[in-house]
Amino acid sequence: MNTDNRYLWKHKDLLDVSQLSREDATHLLDLAVSFQEINNRPVKKVPTLKGKTVMLFFAENSTRTKTSFDVAAKRLSADTFSLSKSGSSINKGETLKDTALTLMAMNPDVIVIRHSSSGAAEYLSKLLPCSIVNGGDGWHAHPTQALLDSYSLRKVWGPDFTGRTLLILGNIEHSRVARSNLFLLRLLGAKVRLCAPRTLLPRQYRLWDCEVYTDIEEAVKGVDAIMCLRLQLERQEAGLLPDLSEYSRRYCLTSERLAMANPGAYVLHPGPMNRGWEIADEVADSGQCLVLDQVSAGVAVRMAVLYLLGTRND
Amino acid sequence: MKLCLTNALYLEASVDLLVEDGRVVTMMPAGKMDVPADCEVVDAQGKILLPSLTDCHVHMRDPGFEWKEDIATGLEAAARGGFGSVMCMPNTKPVNDSATVTRYMLEKAAKTHPNGPRLLPVAAATPGLKSQGLSPLGVLKEAGCVAVSNDGKPMTDTELMRRAMEYAWDLGMKFTDHCEDPQLAPGYLMNEGEMSAKLGVMGQPVVGEALQVARDCMLSEYLDIPVHIAHVSCAMAVDILAWAKARGTKVTAETCTHYLMLDETALEGYNTLAKVNPPLRTAADRDRLREAVKTGLVDIVVTDHAPHAAMEKETTLDLALNGFTGLDLSLTLMWQLVREGVLDQSDIVRLMATRPNEIFNLPCNRFNPGDPADFILFDPDLEWTVSRETLYSKSWNTPYLGQTMKGRVIHHWMGGVQLF
Repeated sequence: MNTDNRYLWKHKDLLDVSQLSREDATHLLDLAVSFQEINNRPVKKVPTLKGKTVMLFFAENSTRTKTSFDVAAKRLSADTFSLSKSGSSINKGETLKDTALTLMAMNPDVIVIRHSSSGAAEYLSKLLPCSIVNGGDGWHAHPTQALLDSYSLRKVWGPDFTGRTLLILGNIEHSRVARSNLFLLRLLGAKVRLCAPRTLLPRQYRLWDCEVYTDIEEAVKGVDAIMCLRLQLERQEAGLLPDLSEYSRRYCLTSERLAMANPGAYVLHPGPMNRGWEIADEVADSGQCLVLDQVSAGVAVRMAVLYLLGTRND
Repeated sequence: MKLCLTNALYLEASVDLLVEDGRVVTMMPAGKMDVPADCEVVDAQGKILLPSLTDCHVHMRDPGFEWKEDIATGLEAAARGGFGSVMCMPNTKPVNDSATVTRYMLEKAAKTHPNGPRLLPVAAATPGLKSQGLSPLGVLKEAGCVAVSNDGKPMTDTELMRRAMEYAWDLGMKFTDHCEDPQLAPGYLMNEGEMSAKLGVMGQPVVGEALQVARDCMLSEYLDIPVHIAHVSCAMAVDILAWAKARGTKVTAETCTHYLMLDETALEGYNTLAKVNPPLRTAADRDRLREAVKTGLVDIVVTDHAPHAAMEKETTLDLALNGFTGLDLSLTLMWQLVREGVLDQSDIVRLMATRPNEIFNLPCNRFNPGDPADFILFDPDLEWTVSRETLYSKSWNTPYLGQTMKGRVIHHWMGGVQLF
């Protein structure tokens, strides 16, 4: 595939969107558009990464992200190998360092890592010469999720987000999706608002320079899109919330609340959705909801990421 | 046995020092002394003379964790760093809650470093540091312990804290308390602040430290019994100390070299070498602590020397163990503050020698006749690079690894005997 010769991708790894310039992000998202075309063909495969090895090292449970990376790599003809926490030596007490060195000894071109420790991807990137893609680390970052969210929004908004306002709704403090999206959306020109009970916001959110609401009905007024985050059950157990029914009463995105946003406002969700808790059934199934577009965007964006990293030495 | 040290710089004055039988005979302006004939003369060549330093908070890891440090390497790092007295915390394995463990430590120290530095064990306040009941503190004192602490296990039970303070003080031993409310932000990895929000990890609010400092100050005032606050890291705790001291409370406090030098930005990139407990706070906290040691509101500076093996730091931030080595580096770092004009040389002597010795009633060299002849020569211009090879500690878990430093101890005498 020919890319613009004037542009040079200079990153060994994709650890977070915060490492990207606006040019990097735009280039990557443009590239994903051309890969999306492959996904719509009857024969969904190109030989671009033939002979390359992509390791999928998922030390934390994941179905959709892992499958998405796997599909993306295979459509580019890379060989993929999976390693998960159960069934690996991680459960036998092997350190992350030793696991990483063991994987490296098999000479992969790219390792995609999902890990419950914030900073795990960066740790691997300093240790190993191959490319590392962060498939989600702790509360820290999930760059491909943010990229696919922006990809979906570009389809409906166009490439420049200037003048658009997006609300991120839900558990911000413990969300790598929120952290990565906050950065990328602003890089692309959008304004970002946050809405959550104070117990689910980082104390230093003011430093993030965005509007913060605790009342959802105030928060949705004037926004062009709403990103619902998944509410994890354990947050209630940790005493951060009274109970789930109260959460849903105060923060569930219902069609009434959606109607208070700008007309035609879009709804995103990184999945898996807890219908009835953070997002109402009728909103999830409405034409304004981009969830399934996000899933197909995920494959295209991850193809672009694997392509850029997998061919950087070619 | 007589020793005369000539042309040394003590508090910016050129002096000669005469020592006999392990004691200071006299110190006078350089060139004024009639050097006795049977005397060994050492020309200090204008290097800086300081009393041996005292570190009231170190972890020697011996017995039980000898892969990190042992008494031989720990005392060697102390000697080389200028420390003549080190108070070692009880979180060994087994815990120092019995005379057997105390005696083991002291016998090993006497064997590996018969001329010093002095190893001064701190007794565990509660058996196994489990915060249930009191350790046999009378027996521990007889065996050689000089103070009491529950080390890194916070005394959340205020009734037990009160009884430990009372019982220890009957024996003339002060309680050194690690102040932390473990229920606030359980599992934190660093300070709660801008950096923790950015890195996406749980942080500890300064309140988690300050709450327990306040509790201890109130207990101390109520009981009229002294308490010593370990490793103060934040401005909020300093403010509470100011309040308590203004009321006449018998509270003393230490901070660590690293809280005077570093802030939470050192954790950028999930730098496990900057993970420590209490965590590095903000630049404003650091500046408040600098001011507090200058005025004496925070009484002393310690290292909280906490060696860990490389493999215990070469991992993700959540799994990396807390702590830095400090004995090798502390004086070098403190001298940076002298160079920057934050402190002067007499502050160093006060913070790292005379005041710690006063608080814990330890032998102290003020260079008065009869004082123990424990002193060091420090070359403030000597450049060296911090590495595995240049550190005497068995471990090299310091955020300064790889950096070039200025200033190092070049000679150390204890009881008039040259250690190196």
